[in-house]
Amino acid sequence: MAGKTLYDKLWDAHLVTEREDGSALIYIDRQIIHEVTSPQAFEGLRLAGRKPWRTGASVATIDHNVPTTPFKSAAEIVDQTSRIQVQTLQDNTREFGITEFGIGDVRQGIVHVMAPEQGAVLPGMTVVCGDSHTSTNGALACLAHGIGTSEVEHVLATQTLVAKKMNNMRVSVEGDLSPAVTAKDVVLHIIGIIGTAGGNGYAIEFAGSAIRGLSLEGRMTICNMAIEAGARAGMVAVDQTTIDYVEGRPFAPKGEDWDKAVDYWRTLVSDADAEFDAEVNIDAADIRPQVSWGTSPEMVVPVDAMLPDPQAESDEVKRSGMQRAYEYMGLKPGIPVTDIKVDRVFIGSCTNSRIEDLRAAAEVAKGRKKADSVKQVLVVPGSGLVKQQAEKEGLDKVFIEAGFEWREPGCSMCLAMNPDRLEAGEHCASTSNRNFEGRQGNGGRTHLVSPAMAAAAAVAGHFVDIRELDQA
Amino acid sequence: MEKFIRQEGLVAPLDRANVDTDQIIPKQFLKSIKRTGFGPNLFDEWRYLDEGFPGQDSSQRPKNEDFVLNQPRYQGASILLTRRNFGCGSSREHAPWALMDFGFKAIIAPSFADIFYNNCFKNGLLPIVLSEDNVEALFKAVEGKEGFRITIDLEQQQVIPESGEPLAFEIDEFRKHCLLNGLDEIGLTLNEAETIRAYEARRAEREPWIFQ
Ligand code: SF4
Repeated sequence: MAGKTLYDKLWDAHLVTEREDGSALIYIDRQIIHEVTSPQAFEGLRLAGRKPWRTGASVATIDHNVPTTPFKSAAEIVDQTSRIQVQTLQDNTREFGITEFGIGDVRQGIVHVMAPEQGAVLPGMTVVCGDSHTSTNGALACLAHGIGTSEVEHVLATQTLVAKKMNNMRVSVEGDLSPAVTAKDVVLHIIGIIGTAGGNGYAIEFAGSAIRGLSLEGRMTICNMAIEAGARAGMVAVDQTTIDYVEGRPFAPKGEDWDKAVDYWRTLVSDADAEFDAEVNIDAADIRPQVSWGTSPEMVVPVDAMLPDPQAESDEVKRSGMQRAYEYMGLKPGIPVTDIKVDRVFIGSCTNSRIEDLRAAAEVAKGRKKADSVKQVLVVPGSGLVKQQAEKEGLDKVFIEAGFEWREPGCSMCLAMNPDRLEAGEHCASTSNRNFEGRQGNGGRTHLVSPAMAAAAAVAGHFVDIRELDQA
Repeated sequence: MEKFIRQEGLVAPLDRANVDTDQIIPKQFLKSIKRTGFGPNLFDEWRYLDEGFPGQDSSQRPKNEDFVLNQPRYQGASILLTRRNFGCGSSREHAPWALMDFGFKAIIAPSFADIFYNNCFKNGLLPIVLSEDNVEALFKAVEGKEGFRITIDLEQQQVIPESGEPLAFEIDEFRKHCLLNGLDEIGLTLNEAETIRAYEARRAEREPWIFQ
């Protein structure tokens, strides 16, 4: 019999029961909750007179709606509907006895930044959240994926999920990455190859020497965007990097439990003879800094390339998608990526708002200034703790001196549910994960890039190859 | 949940691939804490010429007459026909809520994004996967004849166009059973509370830190 993949192991360890009709019940170790996708779930519990199965399994925070300018209470949120959601989460977590890192708590932040930072996500866990980028947490070798609000309610009430096993895919990136290439470029390159639906029905394990060489934060950036390749879950096997990351975090096991946990966690790797349903092999040396040009994350090219010609695309559905994207983005095939001017820059989101991301952006910003043609550069840390750390390192000063704005933690312009947004027609260099139409504001045009590439675009006023910044 | 057994209705064609949930229901409408009332804002950015915001009276807004759902011939449609990877992107369940609130009961496409597909079933909305060729043929049929209707028979797992052969589709047994009977999944799962407790006891032996 063939060995097991990491995903097989996680699945088997959480299988509560398999029903005759082929559906299964899997146990959920951790549920992360935020204000947008939970109100209807709590309401459902109340209406049915149900209680949460295990309150300790859930942790909540506010992120999607919060302003990134300082505020001290829900009452200070100007937008009425946002205020109601923030208030509702506070009321619900109090009523049901769930821990919330709320307003003014230094631990508050984007769900997928806060949870691993607290050690609330551990290797070997099943982790769900009413948010598709829950896949981020798979970097810690756990089975982590987004769910809908009915499922949030189901997990609250039963601590389980009705699930069907996914297929196994392995994406291996072998070799050395060139110095200017970051985790973000790796994952954009992967999506450019397998497409936004390429991972539908799969759990993707990211493997290979280039992935093992990344920090845990870099692996989170990769797993974060598994969903942009269509896969609900992305994951990376346990190694010393994983264990070092977890050690000492507030929710991590201590003492004897720690040793026992580490012994178990070390088994969370795919067996050498495991078989995958699909394998994708990528040579790290082929990866250059990436910029997305269209309205889907698969519409991505290296920064030193020209925008692609739809006429060269043989698939009719794809071709018309490209044509529509050119129209929306106000761009033309054949122009160099570096000719695209940017109006605003956003550095943040659950993809790239951790301390290493901010360091990378600051390194570029240091001693340089935002181009006059760029209206705004927002730097939004992923959590209160990231913000604190960055300020300790003086990164906030570097950004402010460069003419960037230093903000409070939250999702911010990643989805523009709060006041941070693009105006129609504006181009934005963004470190977030989705370049869909209107994502960052009605009519806004998003280009996905790494933090260093975003900072470089802010300085130059257009996209530049980070490797040639000073010649630009 | 309402039962889904058989559904006969007018078909509206949305000829786009990779329609994401941000498009189905833009983020400004996610601020509601209810499950209903999203219908007027379904496909908001495509349906209207101005920018929508919550709490507005959408009947007074300027419509984009070119958008398919605004065309007179598709008024009252209850079946949406669309292209591959429908519902990609955000996990928001507001997407199926908006589609249902608008009046759709079923969606036909060559493929769906996983989370969206799952969310549909929790709300009694039926996503049906047909081959690219069959979807293409249906697009032709719908565009070729005003008032083109389809019957969906869940029991038999068939899409029956008003002209042409019935088309079979696959659906997982458990989901079919829940839809046909309008079952509450949480109630069903809680019938197995003992099994869940026994599982927890085994896990707590092996991985006590999970339960601290
Ligand atoms: S940062 Fe963006 S992608 Fe991440 S959870 Fe917030 S809204 Fe979603």
